[in-house]
Amino acid sequence: MRRNYHLLILLFPVVFWLVCFFLLPLVSVFIYSFIERGTYGGVRWHFTWENYQRLFDGLYLGILWRSVSTALVCTAVCLLLGYPFAYYLARYKPKHRNVLLLLVVVPFWTNFLIRTYAWILILRTEGLLNSLLGAVLPNWGPLELLNTPLAVQIGLVYGYLPFMILPLYAALEQLDVSLLEAAQDLGASPRRAFWHITVPLSLPGILAGSMLVFIPTVGAFLTPDLLGGGKVSYIGNVIERQFKTARDWPFGSALSFMLMGIVLVGTVLYFRALQENEGQP
Amino acid sequence: MKRVLEANIGVVYLFLYMPILAVVVFSFNSGEQISVWEGFTLGWYARLFEDAALWRACRNSLMVAGVATVIATLIGTAGALAIERHRFRFRTTLVRVLYLPIIIPDIVLAIALLTFYVQVRVPLGLITVIIAHGVFNIAYVTIVVQARLQGYDNTLEEAARDLGANEWQTFWRITLPLIAPGIIGGALLAFTLSIDDFVITFFTAGVGYTTLSVHIYSLLKFGITPKINAISTMLLANSIVFILLFLWFQNGATTSQKQNF
Repeated sequence: MRRNYHLLILLFPVVFWLVCFFLLPLVSVFIYSFIERGTYGGVRWHFTWENYQRLFDGLYLGILWRSVSTALVCTAVCLLLGYPFAYYLARYKPKHRNVLLLLVVVPFWTNFLIRTYAWILILRTEGLLNSLLGAVLPNWGPLELLNTPLAVQIGLVYGYLPFMILPLYAALEQLDVSLLEAAQDLGASPRRAFWHITVPLSLPGILAGSMLVFIPTVGAFLTPDLLGGGKVSYIGNVIERQFKTARDWPFGSALSFMLMGIVLVGTVLYFRALQENEGQP
Repeated sequence: MKRVLEANIGVVYLFLYMPILAVVVFSFNSGEQISVWEGFTLGWYARLFEDAALWRACRNSLMVAGVATVIATLIGTAGALAIERHRFRFRTTLVRVLYLPIIIPDIVLAIALLTFYVQVRVPLGLITVIIAHGVFNIAYVTIVVQARLQGYDNTLEEAARDLGANEWQTFWRITLPLIAPGIIGGALLAFTLSIDDFVITFFTAGVGYTTLSVHIYSLLKFGITPKINAISTMLLANSIVFILLFLWFQNGATTSQKQNF
């Protein structure tokens, strides 16, 4: 009895907070996604499917595709940059390894707005990249890099690269080197040993890193907003616009639900891939 | 092959640090342009101290992050203890739900709370921001503390109880000191996330309740001046101090543990 009383005290606040300020708000946005937009930015309490039907409009499907493909490209680039990096780091002298790893995390601890702003400084027409290239190449005409999809892509890779490196490092560091030696003793080329031993064994790291990069980038709002200049729309920006300027809350709610759906599907796929990987000997 | 790997290391570090370094360097630039070097000055820093709006935003940020961190640390630690030390119905469900605020995109959490506040007719202010930050902070603290609780066996607690300590004494003198690094780590993480957060604050703060992130955002949107370089550099310096503090706590925790055993 006394133990139950303890449990209640420990459990009540966290359950209360999650139910009231997390689950109920999700229910609230779910309800909003099924009602009509009012005339002056408000809402009318009439049931409708229209908000979801609008999602299949060519325009929004295009935006959705752009968000998903940008997130996939971002994940791929992070993997390409991060894998060799983590591989090298995992084999580095243990003494300096932690310092090198810390240096990856430091930018991650700094304000995301600042990290994104730094790229405005570099990419704008009068920015550092153009002045640097202009100084080296005499006939350099300044490139318009800011407010382009490329700028958004660079900003996203920059913002989420540490999320890829850390799980990859964790997986590669645990890798048993004797397996690689055994493979080489048995005549496998380094390349074959890499693809048949290192990659499969680091798969949990690859999956976790991809997940940690894909999820925040698919719904990113800040990076496209600041580096894309609002000229190229991504799902996060469209949602923001429905709430801040267009004042179409029901449609914004439907968009959010779809975004959440994409992310949850991604999560389920991740766990399934992880289980399949564990199932293998 | 080794060359390629080394080149990649160089490229990644350059990629990570070049932008930050650029901001720091240009915070000492006397020109009116944010990225055209003219000469050295400390003028932008001097201007920061006269900027009342900036300091108000700082104060709001500290207040939101401070209160949200205290709440989340208390509730999250209690939650982690409940999950790790008790068996109850819906335990697995609770653990899964705790991961949701971390998994779902922050913009979804932000607008969910916004529609909720509007439906229950709560006026937006700083309290609404604190409640919102509480949601993801509680999730993070619970998970961090829970990981710490999983990491050690509870024979010490059993020994204390066998030696006649009551439950409170056991908690204060055995459990709490053992999980303290987890709690401090969780609290520091919560505080950083709270200070850093823009999206959730942007949607749940009332008009006039500007935090530092929202203030910086409006500076970036409506007129970038070199002052932003100085603000950024100050924030960078703060983060570095914070990381050092974090490492110091973690190191202290591991060495004191080694001394104990």
